[in-house]
Amino acid sequence: MSLLQLRDVRVRFRTLSSARAVLEGVADPFVDAVNRVSLEIRQGETFGLIGESGSGKTTLARSIIGLLQPQEGSVRYDGDELIGLSPRAWKKVRRNIGVMFQDPVGSLSPRMSVFSLLSEPFRIHNQVNLDLRSEVSRMLEMVGLSDDFAHRYPHQLSGGQARRVGVARALALKPKLIVADEPTAGLDVSVQGEILNLLNKLQKEFGLTILIITHNLNIVRHVTDRMGIMYFGRMVEQGPTKAIFENPAHPYTLALLSANPEPNPDARIDRIELQGEVPSLLNRPTGCEFHPRCPFSQEDCSTLAPSRQKFSADHDYSCHFPRNIPNL
Amino acid sequence: MNSKNILEIEDLNVEFSTPKGPLKALRNFNLTMSRGAIVGVVGESGCGKSTLINAIIGLLAPNASVTRGRMIFEGADLLRQSKQDLQKIRGQRISMVSQDPMTALNPILSIGDQMVDIQYRSDVSKSKKRDRSIEMLRMVGIPDPSMRFNDYPHQFSGGMRQRIAIAMALQVEPTLLIADEPTTALDATLEVQIIQRLKELQQNIGCSILFISHHLGVIAELCNYVVVMYGGEIVETGSVRDVFHRASHPYTQKLLECDPARIKEVTNTLPTIPGEVPDLVRLPTGCIFADRCQHTVQQCRDSEPELRYITPEHSARCPYSSHLVNR
Repeated sequence: MSLLQLRDVRVRFRTLSSARAVLEGVADPFVDAVNRVSLEIRQGETFGLIGESGSGKTTLARSIIGLLQPQEGSVRYDGDELIGLSPRAWKKVRRNIGVMFQDPVGSLSPRMSVFSLLSEPFRIHNQVNLDLRSEVSRMLEMVGLSDDFAHRYPHQLSGGQARRVGVARALALKPKLIVADEPTAGLDVSVQGEILNLLNKLQKEFGLTILIITHNLNIVRHVTDRMGIMYFGRMVEQGPTKAIFENPAHPYTLALLSANPEPNPDARIDRIELQGEVPSLLNRPTGCEFHPRCPFSQEDCSTLAPSRQKFSADHDYSCHFPRNIPNL
Repeated sequence: MNSKNILEIEDLNVEFSTPKGPLKALRNFNLTMSRGAIVGVVGESGCGKSTLINAIIGLLAPNASVTRGRMIFEGADLLRQSKQDLQKIRGQRISMVSQDPMTALNPILSIGDQMVDIQYRSDVSKSKKRDRSIEMLRMVGIPDPSMRFNDYPHQFSGGMRQRIAIAMALQVEPTLLIADEPTTALDATLEVQIIQRLKELQQNIGCSILFISHHLGVIAELCNYVVVMYGGEIVETGSVRDVFHRASHPYTQKLLECDPARIKEVTNTLPTIPGEVPDLVRLPTGCIFADRCQHTVQQCRDSEPELRYITPEHSARCPYSSHLVNR
């Protein structure tokens, strides 16, 4: 059963005011930050969304949690359409969606103690008849921090501790879905493991569904069930993590997987070299947006945008000349 | 001073004065960088990596002081330079890419202005400086560099800002480039591209690179020599091969074990290093890693271990290191 379902979500940002667009003769003064992305996250699974910076991962996450309004498409949470909801209705939905923002320390207000940070969700959602003190100590225990952390301020926390507070905050209202934007960026490898193990433990305990946004392939390989790869605002491939790591179909996925630096100085890595530069959003390539950098591109690629193709029942890709496909 | 060496750091000690007492952030630090070397420094946050960099470029916080040591850069002790002389070295012979691409650039100046500004020492015309900057932006992979030249930092993504910062640091053709976690914000394809670019540049103009990172994969790929730091001191140094294949300090071994990239079998319980980093105000007697080490014996808590040489190039601060290799 899918808990979250996105259909053809499109988020556009205006680059010129309408008057200037007319004056400068620009027909379309928008850029597509997220271009018709469809994805499905099933109850209880961990979904990894990867892609380079600027590929639209965070924009997509922000439209899931209602911080941005997509121009087109549909976002369904547990069967209910989220696009076009009133602010009051959003508040109800958000109780079920916990968010961990990028930057563990920066996402906590420096002027609030850990106690206020952790009790804020209850206050916002008017759950005042609770014993906040015991709730906060329950949450601290859940994420493995001792009670005296309640009196600390964010600057007195290490990155890993701040991240734990972020996890507790996201889980305060017992949500069903967690959206974690770069949950381990900037953390040391050992602390990174701690946070991921914690998320994994809490997932089992509470039956959480998790969407992890990251550009760390190693994390995706170990902790996610399914993954999606974004390039330039478009989902180029998605499917079970294991299947994608074994048989990447899209050339960008292939390049990404082969680029992953290995902590072994003698590793011989056969890299797929990407040609050229990252295109500009202002100047979106025609056809497939990956074709200027793609080592396998042919004539069709520059004119025809590829549609979504099935590799197997739940593994699909958008490419005219996919790799690793038998009998093609 | 050996003229083949570009930087020689001897017995460097840095302390911060805090209300609780002196915090010994860097202790007995030794490092020799030969010309053209790429040296990687690894360690967790709080291990003294940033203190080391700030000491080299003379940007330590006001409450910090160098209590002992020498830092010879191209024959001159950086600790005994006048402010003016240091000013000439920084940004010309030593340049730096900092950790945070968001704050490294001035938000109220266009990137073009900033790139032209930092060439103030050069005599060429302004249009030439502009061309050079655009060329540099193209080299680091900014699309439409001439069009984006007048854009402001907020108009670029995080990864692009970091590449702009790298372009600015390389533009002066320094003899020593200090890079503080420059690829943390980039995806794997760009990370690899930046590493390749750094390697090429290093070969073209022969600069040396001091590369700080906690990404072991990047260190393995880029560097020839590695320094592993823990709690303000060096625990192991050696060539990349020695350290990655024959890690001899328990901390290095743990660090390598924890890297999910090295774990071939898919697992959702990742290894961690239990325990906390030591309080550098109240240093433990004996080995700094004793509290978190699984091989600790009484002797580890009694006396501070010496740096032991496994080969002339490879050393570790653990008396049991030779038994621990190949575990």
